Amino acid sequence: MKINTLILLIGMLASTVTFAQDGYEVGDKAMNFTLENVDGRMISLSDYDDQKGAIVIFTCNHCPYSVAYEDRIIALHQKYAPQGYPVIAINPNDPAVQPEDSFELMVKRAQEKDFPFPYLFDKGQKVYPEYGATRTPHVFLLMNRGDYFEVAYIGAIDDNYQNADAVEQHFVEDALADLKNGKNPQTNFTKAIGCTIKTR
Amino acid sequence: MPKIIFIAFMLILPIAAQAQPDAQVPVYDYEGLQPLLQKQNDTTYVVNFWATWCKPCVAELPAFEEMHSKYRNQKVKVLLVSLDFVKNYHSRLLPFIADKKIQSQVVMLNDPRSNEWIDKVSPQWSGAIPATLIYRNDQRKFYERSFTADELDTELLKFIKQ
Repeated sequence: MKINTLILLIGMLASTVTFAQDGYEVGDKAMNFTLENVDGRMISLSDYDDQKGAIVIFTCNHCPYSVAYEDRIIALHQKYAPQGYPVIAINPNDPAVQPEDSFELMVKRAQEKDFPFPYLFDKGQKVYPEYGATRTPHVFLLMNRGDYFEVAYIGAIDDNYQNADAVEQHFVEDALADLKNGKNPQTNFTKAIGCTIKTR
Repeated sequence: MPKIIFIAFMLILPIAAQAQPDAQVPVYDYEGLQPLLQKQNDTTYVVNFWATWCKPCVAELPAFEEMHSKYRNQKVKVLLVSLDFVKNYHSRLLPFIADKKIQSQVVMLNDPRSNEWIDKVSPQWSGAIPATLIYRNDQRKFYERSFTADELDTELLKFIKQ
């Protein structure tokens, strides 16, 4: 009985530890999701199975880092969607904590900036923990492996959030270049300062 | 002619903003900040990474201010490292510090190459703020989370009671 209790405790402890480290690593299979877009349509990752991959970016309205990258995210989509790697933006924040990130204001922002890519709302916050996003903006570059999407790169868009003209390393573009050459990205994980994902 | 003056003014303005930081709030790149993250003495340093635009950061600032005043006469030092954009140094950061009457030491870290320095602060840091580092000599602990005053106090006591 005591041993059983101990095993149970160890099991609980182990599951807590696993939970804390949840989220994808490069090479993991990315789960499908179905979320509402700012135009009211439901969009799934599986809708993209005719593409070579997808640039999934957790981002939002309020975060200054996200705002600083908006134009660069639009440029990424315009350059790489025709090459088979479109952007899918997802707002992971709970609007009850961050009212600027409500669905209504997402719609407004998408219209103001004329986003050429879907801007989805992670309603119920089920998708971002599965991916392991911790901040906005946070990029998960996926490649299509035929019957599933595999995580090829996790991290920042580039190495300079303050000034697009001063960027020296274009992390996402470099990873895409490697993928297009049939190679795994040489740099497949980077870090950047960002806003925490807002939860209750 | 007025147009030229205007253009010249627009060119000088951002340079002036960067070149003349308030002596009370120095602006560092990571190399400049690093010595403040690894002092070797018997003081415990509580280093909080924050920004004026970061809601949970602003919410927990009173906890750090409380710590600053509570341990004023002990070997505890609070350092607030602002990650505000440098263009907002005069327009947002300094007015915020004055408005909230921040007593702890504030510095600005202006180094966009965060992929290079985040791991140097702590490999445990994903890059989200608020984040806090507590250290004394080689004993270090890093937290990517928010604190209440009581929670922060509990963590500090683990350092100073040794």
